Amino acid sequence: MSELLWLIVALPFAGSLVLALAGKSLPRLAAAMIGVGSVTLSAILMLFVCLDFLHANPAGTPVHQMLWQWINVSGFSPAIAFHLDSVSLTFVFVITFIGALIHLYSAAFMWKEDGFARFFSYMNLFIGFMLLLVLADNFLLLYMGWEGVGLCSYLLIGFWYKDPGNGYAARKAFTVTRVGDTAMVIGLFILFTNYHTLNIQDILQAAPHTWAPGSTIAIITAYLLLGGAIGKSAQVPLQTWLPDAMAAPSPVSALIHAATMVTAGVYLIARTHVLFELAPIVQTTVAIIGAVTLIVAGMSALYQHDIKKVLAYSTISQIGYMFVALGVGAWSAALFHFMIHAFFKSLLFLGAGSVIAVLNNEHNMFKMGGLWKKMPVVFWTFLIGACALSALPLITAGFYSKDEIIWQAYASDKGSIVLWLTGLAGAFITALYTFRMVFLTFFGNAKAEPTYRPGVAMTLPLVVLAFLSFAGGFIQLPDNMGHVTLFSQFIQHTLPTTVTTASGHAAEWIAQVIAAIVSIAGLALAYRIYYNKPFPAAEPVRNPIQRFFFQGWDFDLVYDKVIVQPIVFFSRIDKNDIIDQFYTGLASIAGLFNKGLAATQNGKLRWYAMALGIGAVITLTILLYA
Amino acid sequence: MILAWIILLLMGTGFLAWLTSRWSDILPRIISLAGTLLFLGVVLYLWFTHSASAVPSGNAAAGAWIIHYTHSWIPAFGIHIILAADGLSLLMLLLTAFLGVLSVLVSWKEIKTRVGFFHFNLLFILAGITGVFVSLDLFLFYFSWEVMLIPMYFLISIWGYENRTYAAGKFFLFTQASGLLMFLSILGLYFVHGRSTGVYTFDYEALKGTVLSQPTAFLLMLGFAAAFLVKLSTVPFHSWLPDAHTQAPTAGSVLLAGLLLKTGAYGIIRFVLPLFPQASQQFAPAAMILGVISILYGAKLAYAQTDLKRLVAYISVSHMGFILLGIYAFNQIAMQGVIMQMVAHAISTGGLFIIVGALHARIQTREIGQMGGLWTQVPKMGAMGLLFVLASLGLPGLGNFIAEILILTGSFMASKILTIIAAVGFIAATLYSLRIMQKVFYGTVLKKWEITDFGFREMIVMGSLAIVIIWLGLFPNSILNATQQMVQGIVQQVNITVNGPQNANTLQNASR
Repeated sequence: MSELLWLIVALPFAGSLVLALAGKSLPRLAAAMIGVGSVTLSAILMLFVCLDFLHANPAGTPVHQMLWQWINVSGFSPAIAFHLDSVSLTFVFVITFIGALIHLYSAAFMWKEDGFARFFSYMNLFIGFMLLLVLADNFLLLYMGWEGVGLCSYLLIGFWYKDPGNGYAARKAFTVTRVGDTAMVIGLFILFTNYHTLNIQDILQAAPHTWAPGSTIAIITAYLLLGGAIGKSAQVPLQTWLPDAMAAPSPVSALIHAATMVTAGVYLIARTHVLFELAPIVQTTVAIIGAVTLIVAGMSALYQHDIKKVLAYSTISQIGYMFVALGVGAWSAALFHFMIHAFFKSLLFLGAGSVIAVLNNEHNMFKMGGLWKKMPVVFWTFLIGACALSALPLITAGFYSKDEIIWQAYASDKGSIVLWLTGLAGAFITALYTFRMVFLTFFGNAKAEPTYRPGVAMTLPLVVLAFLSFAGGFIQLPDNMGHVTLFSQFIQHTLPTTVTTASGHAAEWIAQVIAAIVSIAGLALAYRIYYNKPFPAAEPVRNPIQRFFFQGWDFDLVYDKVIVQPIVFFSRIDKNDIIDQFYTGLASIAGLFNKGLAATQNGKLRWYAMALGIGAVITLTILLYA
Repeated sequence: MILAWIILLLMGTGFLAWLTSRWSDILPRIISLAGTLLFLGVVLYLWFTHSASAVPSGNAAAGAWIIHYTHSWIPAFGIHIILAADGLSLLMLLLTAFLGVLSVLVSWKEIKTRVGFFHFNLLFILAGITGVFVSLDLFLFYFSWEVMLIPMYFLISIWGYENRTYAAGKFFLFTQASGLLMFLSILGLYFVHGRSTGVYTFDYEALKGTVLSQPTAFLLMLGFAAAFLVKLSTVPFHSWLPDAHTQAPTAGSVLLAGLLLKTGAYGIIRFVLPLFPQASQQFAPAAMILGVISILYGAKLAYAQTDLKRLVAYISVSHMGFILLGIYAFNQIAMQGVIMQMVAHAISTGGLFIIVGALHARIQTREIGQMGGLWTQVPKMGAMGLLFVLASLGLPGLGNFIAEILILTGSFMASKILTIIAAVGFIAATLYSLRIMQKVFYGTVLKKWEITDFGFREMIVMGSLAIVIIWLGLFPNSILNATQQMVQGIVQQVNITVNGPQNANTLQNASR
């Protein structure tokens, strides 16, 4: 089955192409069949490939598939070729499986919208590019997927193009991530100049023999790759585009801005882990960026009113956890949290999308309330997602994935007590803002009536994702609780095991109990403040500190002043091109001479006679006295 | 001989189109379309029969010509008609023929006055450009250079927009002045070669071996470079371009951006580097810096414009900067990128100009402030606009990306700092490209226009451009293979002439 790998990628591209070319003339149902069908077929094929991969080769030997030689210029010869190993398989699983569920949901969600076929064309295109990103065997093809998903993100954020605000958010997302991408491209130039190839596996194998650990060039390269990763994964300081990206339809937020694209940075770092291990200082930077981000975004989530903005900041914060894991070398923990987060965060986005849709596009949580009785399926699934996000102990998948990161932040050889404490603080904030959201949205007195009930196409994905958010954690349990290591063993075919210094079950028990207490404390605090409290529906007056957090720590303000305004100013002052003024100046001078000389040709005899006389006098004077 | 025939074919078609315009307006169009299609057919035939055999092994510098034709013209002055084509020339001919067909098609409805004379000029531009791409006699080359200039002057000044006389004059002055400098250099080279060998000739192959003192070589090189840099619209010699592009009729803009600019790049690759390898090496740092300045300054100006056509024109300035940067990096990767950029930019910018032209025909304005929210009414146009905008910002999967990544990878080996600065051009390209989409197709409807979407003829034009730009992005090898031989030859020649003795010296020093 593995030889059908290319078809998994080709199907969504084909779907997108058909919809783009014929979408206008297709009836809505046919467009939905093509859009949902192509990704579903991919997902089914993926399951077969997955089984094949697990069965036929228990050692996890990577599968390689070459389609065609892309470029071939004197040694610069990337191919269109795929590399499937346990890491990329994990990503392919999440992309196609969750992708198919979200596509199904979208068919119902977008049914009444204009541009239905256009929407699915973009969504299919996204799935295709995302698969390209994670399956690429060389950096250039990876970069193609990387830019492609950025493009689809741009197109889908700006899907409702008539509102200029959406267009602004879309361009912001594309531009900010492109800043990171440009850093990454320069990193690729360095890699190619040094290794004369862009094949990822070849470079990873050659790197330890070529570059000394901690050497300057390794550090620079790793920093440049990190630049790409933080742009795509919305980490500080390039996180500002993601909250604005919530202008996209909710299924898009679930697919692109929660489950898949924003975790591309995590993929990149995990994929190129050798380069990061060669640059320990950069790996530490990864952990620090993650830790800073998870607090910065978590605090901002606490002050949002828009339910999708809460989830957006929450996503930034959760990817911060993944970065912490990557930074301390807990590779499999990072990927495990990626997968579980994809389950529960897309669930929460889809749930929030349903609420927003039935309340006539109401985003403000303070104008919701009391929905739990009216939308039971959405409520219960949303609650499961919220519990997973808050990492409530034992029963949720989020606990097992996040707890492992927090534990490794302390126990790994690169871990520290500071990282551990930050992780705990983040866990507390997470539980607090999550249940603030739950209580405001679903409890208290109702401030708006749902206009309709979501149908099966919308609730089925919710139920499946809720099941995974609950049960997905049991494939990887801590050492002291059952010690199931299905996931980490699978990942360790590709990535190194985590080196831990702290050991002993006692320490781990204590850490887990503390983590559990912290998240329950967050829940309890949210209960005290927000449960059944009569909040006014109007926008509150915010004091400066609240506004600071509400506006995402004013990063936008600073960027606007320091970068955006100067660029706009600079482009405005020289719109007519100063260099052109030079040439037009030359032309005007020539014109002046023309006028001056033309004036002497006036046809008046007196004038000529006088000019002749004066000329003669001057000439004679020069001749006589010179 | 076939090369002479295709030039004659174009000129003949031009005359015929002019003659038949006495009877009807449709005849010149049909004749021109038939002529350019025949041209395309012949070039395609040449491409498919020769590009495979374009890789004879061994020394590339001599005997690499696939087609070679010599005929005496003015023997007293050593002027011959030498027409020859290698992979690069063939590729450029293919591009010329393709854009030739498209420019006839886009003028179908747009040109309503003096139709015959218009097509006469159009075909003479094509003939001149073809001459430039295949001439190996410097006199003939200069002759062709002028032939493509004058009809273009007429094209802009007769069928252009509101400010056409000014733009046409500016275009003529810039190209003519710089062309004269080149002519002086050609004569200089002619006489130096004649004095030292006794053979007075304009033959490229003969002149290639001329022994020149260093200052002479540099001076002569500058004369050539002046003409080519102006054509390439390198900052600070770019300011004719926005006016000429903006004021020209759509077909004129397509030919200007797609082909005339490329003759500058072609000239540098074909003449400047092989004739003056050492002087070129000396000039390289300055040229690369000019290239980077063009990339960024062009992008900045593009971002500031409110006239859509002017915006697209400045994109060309920026993209030509990549070409200059790549040529003077002196390695195969960058040089292949340059060739790719010549093709990809012709397609992507051509596409954008056609869209601007189509919009102007519908709403009689190019002002961005008058547009907005047009997607609802013209989704096909919007989708095509999106594709070419994405190409111009260098999205992977489309032709321009291959070009830019090759150029930057190659130039990174030559100069890290300049390449890093040039890479900022990617971000700048994002800004101006997305601005086009937002201001024209997205956003609120600022003014209610009743307009129709692309029709059948327009979709044929846009569809073929779209297929080519995607093809270039996914299967660039089909082009890179054809020029590989030629590029390898040029790059080796430049590097051996200059580094050869030096390298030998360093080796000797090392062995001591």
